[in-house]
Amino acid sequence: MTSARPWLLSAPALVIFAVMLLTPLVMTAVLSFNSFDFYGGIKPTFGFQNYADVLSDSYFYEIFLRTFLIALATTVIAALIGTPQAYFLLRMHPFWRSLMILVVLGPLLISVVVRTLGWAILLGNNGVINDALRSIGLIERPLKMMYTSGGIVLALVHVMVPFMILAVWAALQRQDPATEKAAESLGARPATVFRRIVLPQAMPGILSGSLIVFSLSASAFATPAILGGRRVKVVSTTVYDEFLNTLNWPLGAAIAVILLVSVLAIMVAWNKLVEKRFAGVFE
Amino acid sequence: MAILELRDLTKRFGETVAVDRFTLSVEKGEFVSLLGPSGCGKTTTLQMIAGFETPSGGAIHLNGRDLAKIPARSRGLGIVFQTYALFPHMTVEENVGFGLEMRKVPAAERKKRIAATLDLVHLSHLSGRYPRQMSGGQRQRVALARALVIEPELLLLDEPLSNLDAKLREEMQLELRRIQQEAGVTTLLVTHDQSEAMALSDRIAVMQGGRLVQEATPFDAYDRPTNGFVSSFLGKSNAIDAHVESVGADGTVLRCGDLRLNGPAHGEAAGPVLISLRPERIEFCGEGDGVVAGRVTERIFLGDQWLFKVDTSLGEILVMRRNSGRREPDVGETVHLAWQAEHLRILAVETAA
Ligand SMILES: Nc1ncnc2c1ncn2[C@@H]1O[C@H](COP(=O)(O)OP(=O)(O)O)[C@@H](O)[C@H]1O
Ligand SMILES: [Mg+2]
Repeated sequence: MTSARPWLLSAPALVIFAVMLLTPLVMTAVLSFNSFDFYGGIKPTFGFQNYADVLSDSYFYEIFLRTFLIALATTVIAALIGTPQAYFLLRMHPFWRSLMILVVLGPLLISVVVRTLGWAILLGNNGVINDALRSIGLIERPLKMMYTSGGIVLALVHVMVPFMILAVWAALQRQDPATEKAAESLGARPATVFRRIVLPQAMPGILSGSLIVFSLSASAFATPAILGGRRVKVVSTTVYDEFLNTLNWPLGAAIAVILLVSVLAIMVAWNKLVEKRFAGVFE
Repeated sequence: MAILELRDLTKRFGETVAVDRFTLSVEKGEFVSLLGPSGCGKTTTLQMIAGFETPSGGAIHLNGRDLAKIPARSRGLGIVFQTYALFPHMTVEENVGFGLEMRKVPAAERKKRIAATLDLVHLSHLSGRYPRQMSGGQRQRVALARALVIEPELLLLDEPLSNLDAKLREEMQLELRRIQQEAGVTTLLVTHDQSEAMALSDRIAVMQGGRLVQEATPFDAYDRPTNGFVSSFLGKSNAIDAHVESVGADGTVLRCGDLRLNGPAHGEAAGPVLISLRPERIEFCGEGDGVVAGRVTERIFLGDQWLFKVDTSLGEILVMRRNSGRREPDVGETVHLAWQAEHLRILAVETAA
């Protein structure tokens, strides 16, 4: 009797999980095996035609490659910005620290769409940045920033850095601050202390933060949709187009499944690597 | 010659004075303990010597050099932190070698010195382990080895044994003393544990409220405390308020309520004083020989000792007797207490600062 209780207690959550997440996922997977005819619509057949179409078309390869490169660049830049920032946060006076944490997390309270539209205003050919540069005479023709991968990375980094900071900060809080003093007393300069003592202890945080940032960036939709539009397509905007413009739902579903599986594979491989590297060192 | 000299060292944190005109010198090869209750400024003193806190006043000299302008990383001190502060991502060998690496010691010599130091702390067989895979006592030894391998002029230890359980702590005390003597390193230990300070040190500096109150060998500090604080902090002690009645060449007569007590010769001519009497110096005796009579209110068996609380006209008196297998007085029994006049310590009454 008692063994049923845990299941009963978690039943509401399980039901929501099944209805809201599992069902659409399974239906998407099923859909990806159906076929599509421009005149007849979706046919409930079963086949790997959609996967074959995607995997044999260099157009899709390019989109997948671009997506992962954007996600990778975002992850690396977010780590480069977020790690020192988390360290500064840790070293701050408690009063300033709580204020700065609010500043760091504040953007999360604003919708990604609103923030990205803000970037569009800044980055456009007649945007704030180009106008300013032109008016002080640094450039003649506007720098192209909208509808570029670089612009997308820039805006994604802005969205993702708080996640990286939180992950690194959690790791840094677990370290004994006396280890830095110990290194110093043994003759290490501040830069050496950071590189040899702080950074390795922050590494589990950087790696788990990278995992979050990479997967969120690879599947981000709003930012690439607004800043990349039709010209710089990523996987998620391609799926959107297949569903809503071409109306080829099965193909869109196949692309979505491939994205899901490849992000999962990258995450699992990454996790394995991390575990192997840090076995025995940290908990 | 003194290796370390602290002169009027002072540290203020805003309004609080953590260390107040602290003066101390430590000789080469000596083992000195800073002993005092929690919050008396021991750690702050150590941190100033190490270079992690800037003194508000006074001077620190190491081997004749003024340390004021020298950053922590150039002071060349070996420090063992209360939490050990081992680098969790490095093996024992890498931890110990870190200081040598910073000093750019060539790899071959580094290896030799790491091996020798690990040998000294009996950890050679664990050189490849990570700190997480070791027990508290082993981590303690790694921390010690890491501090000693750089052959520091001075070893600083901040409550190094307080994270160990009682049995291990006793073992490590002996180990620490052995290692310190084998390495011949001048050592300054900070502790709030009086038995640790007495067991380990050549000299004890007792601190109270940021100030030095007594500096003596463990035996002298215990046997000749300079004030009531030291006598109650080092071991157990009976404190009795009294008045000096007369001072003679061979002793002092004290009045304590209706009772007249004989004490050793003392400078104080008259007025209120504090008498300190160690519980183990008091004996039970026959009715005629007793200084004071009382009733046993509590009796605690400590294995090798008995501890009695006796209600007397002098107040509650602690008596400690060695367990010699004989029958000892029971709770409720009337006993007579005696001691030799020379065992009384007459201390000045502390004026509330
Ligand atoms: N960074 C600090 N800021 C303010 N007060 C401090 C600081 N460090 C220590 N103190 C104060 O100084 C006094 C001495 O502290 P400490 O040296 O740590 O004592 P101990 O090591 O003897 O327990 C305490 O009253 C403590 O509250
Ligand atoms: Mg302390």
